[in-house]
Amino acid sequence: MKVQIDPGRCQGHGRCYDLAPGLFGDDDEGYGQVLGDGTVRPDQEREARLAVVNCPEHAIEVT
Amino acid sequence: MTADDRFVFQAPDPDEEYGVRSEIITGPVSDWATDFSHLEPEWSADPYPIQDDLRQRCPIAHTDRFGGGWLPTRYEDVTAIAYDTERFSSRSIIMSNFRPPRDIAPVGGSPPISSDPPFHQHARKLLLGAFTKTAISRQEPVTRAFCHELIGKFEGRDVVDAAAEYAQHIPMRVIADMLGFPPEDGPQFREFVEDLLEGINLPPEDRIARMERLFNYLLAQVQDHLDHPRDDITSYLIGAEIFGQKLTADHITGAMALLLIAGIDTTWSAIGSSLWHLARTPADRERLVAEPGLLPTAMEEFLRAYAPVTMARLVKQDMHWHGVDMKADDWILLSFPAANRDPAQFDRAGEVVIDRQVNRHAAFGLGIHRCLGSHLARMELRVALEVWLQRIPEFALDDPSAVTWSAGQIRGPRALPLRLR
Repeated sequence: MKVQIDPGRCQGHGRCYDLAPGLFGDDDEGYGQVLGDGTVRPDQEREARLAVVNCPEHAIEVT
Repeated sequence: MTADDRFVFQAPDPDEEYGVRSEIITGPVSDWATDFSHLEPEWSADPYPIQDDLRQRCPIAHTDRFGGGWLPTRYEDVTAIAYDTERFSSRSIIMSNFRPPRDIAPVGGSPPISSDPPFHQHARKLLLGAFTKTAISRQEPVTRAFCHELIGKFEGRDVVDAAAEYAQHIPMRVIADMLGFPPEDGPQFREFVEDLLEGINLPPEDRIARMERLFNYLLAQVQDHLDHPRDDITSYLIGAEIFGQKLTADHITGAMALLLIAGIDTTWSAIGSSLWHLARTPADRERLVAEPGLLPTAMEEFLRAYAPVTMARLVKQDMHWHGVDMKADDWILLSFPAANRDPAQFDRAGEVVIDRQVNRHAAFGLGIHRCLGSHLARMELRVALEVWLQRIPEFALDDPSAVTWSAGQIRGPRALPLRLR
């Protein structure tokens, strides 16, 4: 499982790095950034899904 | 005194027509579907049943008040408008009896909230860095200490006003620090907020006089920062550039007005509404005291259910849109609170579910105008509630009929007497 942020949709609400700080961080302007290559360990799957379903802009994809 | 020729006062030409004023219409609403007004007491007291009713029978309501406007109540329509900056302009975001001239776009009076693309992104970019979660986290210790100080003053009292004596002061103090304004000016900030956001239906002369009072205050702060530059947002804006040019005086004071006004009553309202809910819902209060780790989740639910902020847009051109005929310069009252209670988007939309796991609410707006201060607001709201619940785990409404709510686009308690047990 991998997470990805669509930069065209992200507006910097920061729900992803609030809910899944192990997978996402913020850049200098507050936009979300995937940490590393976005690979989700099995113990991070719950937080990855929480980030997806709470992004108000539908900017996060899981593949 | 340090001179900067951008800030030389120019008196407006009294003979020049500026913008368009419409007739002031007040008084009871005849039918919310055809005559709505967000400035009548019924709306301030409890807008949710009105919005729920409209969503079912007339999802895009109309009014002839304020020179004409529309009120969408479905999540789908609110979202579509928030994303559509081609058809809907932000050149004024306060629905009132005054429309600024069209050529004020794309900058608007208080960039970036009043700006449209393509200018918007440049004005916004200037401010984003100061409002990231990381930058805001530096304000957290001071905010926490200040919350404790406010509660310390309640010692020995049975009843306190949580809106006037707690919620109000927290965002005021933090934004004054960030802008570099004297903290003792707080009471004036409250007047500015009320003038701008609640005095919508006052006569134009009064509106203009009140606006001047705010801008004279801001110009005095600019002068103080020219004389004594320091590390704060005001000095930063004075020195900032867009396209290699220093910002205009109007841009600087407009942005300062935005940060001051939007940084205060919104979070004051969110803190107050959350405490109001907990005061009248003992089960939720007891659960949060027992499970402090649930607070971040509960807080998002308070933001959904009691979203304090409604925005406005102006229709750019005559058009048929989602079943209604909109005219150029019609207002849109962009109700994020109504969107947040749409059952088509949220399960149990009308209930407050403090452990709601899926919560794509729109309390901070959507699209390019996402609230610039959302990370600041969330920090203040979390810290204010954490400290309150630690220090005052048991409290209830002292007199439900004594609770009063603000009028207009920002909704929250303005008097909230709580009994501390």
